[in-house]
Amino acid sequence: MKIINYTSLVLIGLLLIYASLGLPYRGDAEALVNKEKSLIGSPVASSYYIQNAYKDMNTPNIVTSILGDYRAFDTLGEEVVIFTAGIICFLLLSKERKSETK
Amino acid sequence: MKQSSDSPIILLLSRVISPYIMLFGLYVIFHGHYSPGGGFQGGAMLAASILLIRISAEEKVYELQFKKSFDIPLGAFGVLIFFGVGLTAMLLGGNFLDYHFLPMDWMSKADIRAMGILLIEVGVGLAVMTILVAIYDNLLEGEDA
Repeated sequence: MKIINYTSLVLIGLLLIYASLGLPYRGDAEALVNKEKSLIGSPVASSYYIQNAYKDMNTPNIVTSILGDYRAFDTLGEEVVIFTAGIICFLLLSKERKSETK
Repeated sequence: MKQSSDSPIILLLSRVISPYIMLFGLYVIFHGHYSPGGGFQGGAMLAASILLIRISAEEKVYELQFKKSFDIPLGAFGVLIFFGVGLTAMLLGGNFLDYHFLPMDWMSKADIRAMGILLIEVGVGLAVMTILVAIYDNLLEGEDA
């Protein structure tokens, strides 16, 4: 059984390495994610952000403007996840809560 | 039960270091527009400065700095700031979280969007700080029981 585990692990690893050979290099101008137009002619998000981030919100840090404005929904979700973790800790471990239910 | 350290050196040193960590955390939050950083990182640093006092001092002392009972309500208030900014923009005619509909007419549209980012970063920082402190406090309470 162990042999099957290890062989499947190695095979999947080799498969992943083989798949990674087909990925474009970082900053490759010919890669689809770095072009200005996608295959159907619509603007690609990353080049739009790079060209318009400073114009749109006067913020030199492009990471902040993407996280805080263009992708604000994602940040809201992250914050709700952290808040949920805190609430769950509170509900599971808080002492007053336990004495109330008893 | 948590044993606070008896050594006055540890307490004095953490009392000296803690405000500077807090100041740097505020800098990371409010300077996020120009340098690496933002709400999450700055909130973690603020939490670190509060937890430093919590580790070194006893409960009577650290309750003076930041009360245990404020943890969860302030965290909820931080999430509410983020959500409220988005909802205000939506009620004033834009999409959800579309900042340039915020009621700040004396600035240009780009500046209003920058200000909206600052508002939500403050909300994120507040929530992260209080939730990290709340997890520490609740773990401590669970240990006692």
